[in-house]
Amino acid sequence: MDILFLLVPLSVLLVFALMAVFSWALQTSQFEDLQREGHRILDDDADLDGDQGPAPVGPTHSGSP
Amino acid sequence: MEIALPAAGGAPAVPRSAPVATTYDDGAVRLFTLAAVLWGVVGMTVGVLIAAQLAWPQLNFGIPWLSYGRLRPLHTNAVIFAFGGCALMASSLYVVQRTSQVALFMPKLAAFTFWGWQAVIVAAAVSLPLGYTRGKEYAELEWPIAILIAVVWVAYAIVFFGTIGIRKVRHIYVANWFFGSFIIAVALLHIVNGAVIPVGWMKSYSAYAGVQDAMVQWWYGHNAVGFFLTAGFLGMMYYFIPKQAERPIYSYRLSIVHFWALIFTYMWAGPHHLHYTALPDWAQSVGMVFSLVLLAPSWGGMINGIMTLSGAWHKLRDDPILKFLIVSLSFYGMSTFEGPMMSIKTVNALSHYTDWTVGHVHSGALGWVGLISMGTLYYMVPRMFGRTRMFSVRAIELHFWIATLGIVLYIAAMWMAGVMQGLMWRAVNADGTLVYSFVESVKATFPFYVIRLCGGLLYLGGMLLMAWNVVMTARAGREPAAETPTPLVAGAAPA
Repeated sequence: MDILFLLVPLSVLLVFALMAVFSWALQTSQFEDLQREGHRILDDDADLDGDQGPAPVGPTHSGSP
Repeated sequence: MEIALPAAGGAPAVPRSAPVATTYDDGAVRLFTLAAVLWGVVGMTVGVLIAAQLAWPQLNFGIPWLSYGRLRPLHTNAVIFAFGGCALMASSLYVVQRTSQVALFMPKLAAFTFWGWQAVIVAAAVSLPLGYTRGKEYAELEWPIAILIAVVWVAYAIVFFGTIGIRKVRHIYVANWFFGSFIIAVALLHIVNGAVIPVGWMKSYSAYAGVQDAMVQWWYGHNAVGFFLTAGFLGMMYYFIPKQAERPIYSYRLSIVHFWALIFTYMWAGPHHLHYTALPDWAQSVGMVFSLVLLAPSWGGMINGIMTLSGAWHKLRDDPILKFLIVSLSFYGMSTFEGPMMSIKTVNALSHYTDWTVGHVHSGALGWVGLISMGTLYYMVPRMFGRTRMFSVRAIELHFWIATLGIVLYIAAMWMAGVMQGLMWRAVNADGTLVYSFVESVKATFPFYVIRLCGGLLYLGGMLLMAWNVVMTARAGREPAAETPTPLVAGAAPA
């Protein structure tokens, strides 16, 4: 099963990468206020019931990253 | 950093006269929704034809290009990568803009992604019937097409992650995590399993040999199920169910746990496709254990989605789109229970190589992937054409019922056929000889093949109804909005 010398290290690398992404998410407080994040998509884009599509929410600053 | 949550801006006071897609780049999204419907019809039609061929092999017509062996990969590629892929790309590019409050990063590259993906689909539709194949399930396309897939996928990833990068909301919504993991994992799987040595323009040999190749293939194959057909569509689920139900997800905290639990445990379920083969026994057992572990995050996600309707179950009564979305989750729960059970070696000894596997796949494909995509498309299509709702809401309701009936006929027939085949193949006389020859089991399966065909025809019928509904909605959308005044649009006319 030589192939495991490829697949197992690949999985280990992947787990390390996932752990890095997870700790990034923790440190940038992605999971700070989960209650509100669940609600946000509902009022965010003014996409109200019966609305015909995404109404603009405030001005779009396309420049600032 | 900047958290764009302008309370006033989100209020309905914002004039609605602005045409759709002034703030968001929905050009590619719109095309992807239409393509998803078109390829859905095509892929399911091929599926119905090959289902009929299994009952009546004469339907090959003696034409090589129409033979089962060539059309079957065409069917799987069309429904998974063309129908499912277009639905995923449409919804992910729609969701990432709304949840990030920003227009697409590099919209021209998004257009390239669309046309590149259509080129892949057309190349598949031509090369597979001609007999060009790598012979790897769900990775049949020959190396030049596989390279094109990689290029298009990178473009898609740049657009998606670029949009995340320029987001105006600091928090990355959970649906985007699912979409993002789907994009990265599929790229990784495609590259590792796609390693080949080309020996001609449309001919190549795998870089791996024998059981090594089988292991890579099913590492790819099952993770394609996990990340293409599960993680991606869970991204849809986490956005469109809350939006359609107008309620936040039951537990946002659980959705985060669901995501991390799923991706940390998914990668090693593949060996369960190779039970009782040359694969070492311990590797088979590892695959079985990981498959069983997956039951927990899968059901956590299913419960989270369904319980979103908690306290608002009445919505399910009148809203056919919500029916699609919620019933898809019940099929997700069913097939993620059935899958781990079938990965147990003793169960697999009965189910492997029988039509039970086919039934299992289709309870996931028709029930989960199909229904959630259809619900999502019914949500998106009117919005893509500046309408408030689909042309015919009653047609959505009818579609839901005939699709569900079709699925039930399909999977019940395949369950019965599969268990029957498994029992017939293992039946031995007292002297150790087999009770049945193989062809006797084929003959006994005939009525179930016919019932399965009926289920497939119903499902295809629903899809055709959807295509009609989408065309009518798109047509109406092109006419001036004032023509069919709906309260909101009429009120916002002065522009």
